Amino acid sequence: MTDFTLWDIVRNLLLAGRWTVVLSLIAFTGGAVVGLVLTLARMGGLWPVRWLIRLYVDLFQGTPLLMQLFLAYFGAAVLGFDVSAWTAASVALTLFTSAFLCDIWRGCVEAVPSGQWQAARVLGLNYLQSMRHVILPQALRLAVPPTVGFSVQVIKGTALASVIGFVELTKAGTMLNNAAFAPFTIFALVALGYFILCYPLSRYARHLEKKLYGAGIR
Amino acid sequence: MTLDFSTLLPYTDAILEGLVTTVWLTVVTTVAGIALAIVVAYARDGSREGPSGIVSRLLGAYVEVIRNTPFIVQLFFLFFGLPALGVSISATVAALLAMILNLGAYTAEILRAGIDSTLKGQHEAARALGLSRLQSFRHVVLMPAFSRVYPSLISQCIIVMLGSAVVSQISVFDLTYAANFIQSRNFRGFEVYLVVTLIYLLLAVGLRLAFEFVGRRLFAFRQGGSS
Repeated sequence: MTDFTLWDIVRNLLLAGRWTVVLSLIAFTGGAVVGLVLTLARMGGLWPVRWLIRLYVDLFQGTPLLMQLFLAYFGAAVLGFDVSAWTAASVALTLFTSAFLCDIWRGCVEAVPSGQWQAARVLGLNYLQSMRHVILPQALRLAVPPTVGFSVQVIKGTALASVIGFVELTKAGTMLNNAAFAPFTIFALVALGYFILCYPLSRYARHLEKKLYGAGIR
Repeated sequence: MTLDFSTLLPYTDAILEGLVTTVWLTVVTTVAGIALAIVVAYARDGSREGPSGIVSRLLGAYVEVIRNTPFIVQLFFLFFGLPALGVSISATVAALLAMILNLGAYTAEILRAGIDSTLKGQHEAARALGLSRLQSFRHVVLMPAFSRVYPSLISQCIIVMLGSAVVSQISVFDLTYAANFIQSRNFRGFEVYLVVTLIYLLLAVGLRLAFEFVGRRLFAFRQGGSS
């Protein structure tokens, strides 16, 4: 059996950590795009559209992310697609992220006082114009802190991709542990890796939130 | 492709066993996690008055570490890491411990927000009336703080219940483990995961209803007040 030095462990974790970062970026970017479309459709759409989007959000918020990953991975196989762990993890995490962001952003749009809507419409702006020039700029300010905060959940969520065989930080940790058997050190280092990624974002989200409240806008 | 849910019927027992485990893990975690959070919130709140800066720092570190690392890593750290230090624990105990520590940290932070938003004058008035810090916390600060953050608390408990699916990875026979077990026998992954996902959804709805029922009793004193 080869001996693992601490550096071997750290180096391998860092290499795998790249994929945690890449998967997080894919999920967050994809989730933001889908989430934005859903938010806009939900705000302006007809009731069946609103109802469907609400169902979508509730389904993703009310079921385990692990199950969503399993369904994406095994479900696609049943439907005849041969998907890699990469694809399954990207798709599942993107949909998961979009559902949560849609819910967060809807809250932000609704938090803009209804007087603003009425004023915009009275001034002759149509729905899209009111949205674009009056509501969204205000909602955006409210949306930034919780969105940054949610990115932490996305990063942590990517850890579950390890379960379907995607080699990222957590999977690398379990693989290294099987070879080197130093669970305490290895999982502490894995946790440290996530902490280094997440803590600055958490702090930043809190800072933004304080600034927003400080500005007297709620 | 054809879906065939009848292939699940011989495995009803496994699903039931998993369901029971998931439910009791969730119930124990909810009670113990909230209790832990109250203690943490009290200790952190108190350190602002007293000289116990170290305690406050340590508790703050505990909360931040849990909140900024994935649950699955916390679980692996406890289950694989502790035995390496000579503390051997069963998978179920590791799962329970990880869940309680997780919920405790999040709830402590939620509670702190509730406590911070309690009017400072209330606390000062209680102290001026001769209540001890513990009495003031227990009778004046805690319940209003709880009722204010109760919706967040419900969401957090549901998140922990859904997150408990991960304990299947250390071979705790929960609902997800049952799904994996069945999938490995009848190779009907999609049907199994679909059914089990729906069961989780029902559990989430049930948990929310249960919390709302308890909340109506617990916070009856606030009815008609602002929330």
